[in-house]
Amino acid sequence: MNINLTLFAQLISFAIFVWICRKYVWPPIVEAMQARQKEIADGLNAAERAQNDLRLAQDSAADKLREAKQEAAGIIEQANKRASQIVDEAKEQARVEGERIKEAAQAEIDQEYNRAREDLRAKVSKLAVVGAEKILQSSVDQGAHQQMLDKVAAEL
Amino acid sequence: MAGGTLTSTEYIQHHLVNLTYGQLPAGYERDNGEILEASAWTMAHNAQEAADMGFMAIHVDTMFWSIFLGGLFLWLFKKVADGVTTGVPSGAQNFVEMIVDFVDENVKSIFHHKNVWIAPLGLTVFVWIFLQNLMDLVPVDWIPELAKAMGIHYMKVVPTTDVNATAGMALGVFLMILYYSIKAKGFRGFAAELTLQPLPPWFLPFNLFLEVVSLLSKPIALALRLFGNMYAGEMVFILISLLPFYLQWTMSVPWALFHILIITLQAFIFMILTVVYLAMAHDHH
Repeated sequence: MNINLTLFAQLISFAIFVWICRKYVWPPIVEAMQARQKEIADGLNAAERAQNDLRLAQDSAADKLREAKQEAAGIIEQANKRASQIVDEAKEQARVEGERIKEAAQAEIDQEYNRAREDLRAKVSKLAVVGAEKILQSSVDQGAHQQMLDKVAAEL
Repeated sequence: MAGGTLTSTEYIQHHLVNLTYGQLPAGYERDNGEILEASAWTMAHNAQEAADMGFMAIHVDTMFWSIFLGGLFLWLFKKVADGVTTGVPSGAQNFVEMIVDFVDENVKSIFHHKNVWIAPLGLTVFVWIFLQNLMDLVPVDWIPELAKAMGIHYMKVVPTTDVNATAGMALGVFLMILYYSIKAKGFRGFAAELTLQPLPPWFLPFNLFLEVVSLLSKPIALALRLFGNMYAGEMVFILISLLPFYLQWTMSVPWALFHILIITLQAFIFMILTVVYLAMAHDHH
């Protein structure tokens, strides 16, 4: 166990080794490790962000779907309402038209009736004159009895 | 058991001598009877010569293995650092990143100041000491016998069983403690920390004594803890290898398995304490 110059030789080599390690060995390895750590952290962050985005997208898709369903339901309801409205309008129109046709027919019937009555009246007065002539065996003086005959015809 | 002609004591002692290159004084009588006319730089022939060289000597084996292993560490990590990818890492990068992350986490949990040197320092300390300790798991005679075949008679392959190696690193840490103490608190602040606490200022000499002892104990504890653990572990391996070869495995296998824990733990403790001491140096009291 002799203490000698080896002590200082060892001190010097120790110092040189530490210096080389500090200058050339430690920085690149530690930098690479830190860079990898950062990459991994970034990757995890990105994954988390993507998951978040996905959740948001899913939420908004669900929202859109719900909205679309509501809209569709609204449209169907409106359409139903419109359809029944159309039916009602058609019914009303038909009723009005029927009424009109009925009225026209009534008017025609009345007209027809009046005409037939006039006709009948004329014919009856003529028939009455002929019948009276036949009964009286003589011709009635048209001029003298016209007034009376008209009175009879009006009474028919 | 190596060298049938050696006694057990000689065998153990042989294993505990470093390959030493140093200066022998003039007039020194070498083991082969040669007397030096002038002081000379030479390889020590035995333990006595290595000891007689005194301070002006260097352990070639310790330096070779520690620099080789430090170079291996830096080469391996640099290779990974050059091909580093921020994508999915491959095998070697995974391994390196695991260690770097481990060190970084520990440093971050202990050291809360801003200093870019601490974490690389921790990494260097941890991996380098671990590799040096790991040499202990190479069977004790393999590399020394190989060296002997190449004509090198002494070879201690575990640098951390040499107190010079551990003390050298601890000294480096100590210098950093002094530097950062003064840098963070200023010279006056550091001096105040050494003299005005824990007791009130009128106990100044006592405070100074206490704080200097506590300051000096840091590098000494660092150096001796690692050295003691590795030296003892190495010694146990050497003792086990004195057993007959067919019995060695009964002891060496359990001890090696246990030793895997020790070498990792000691590297870890050295790193953690280094970081703790430097954190304390940055703290204001």
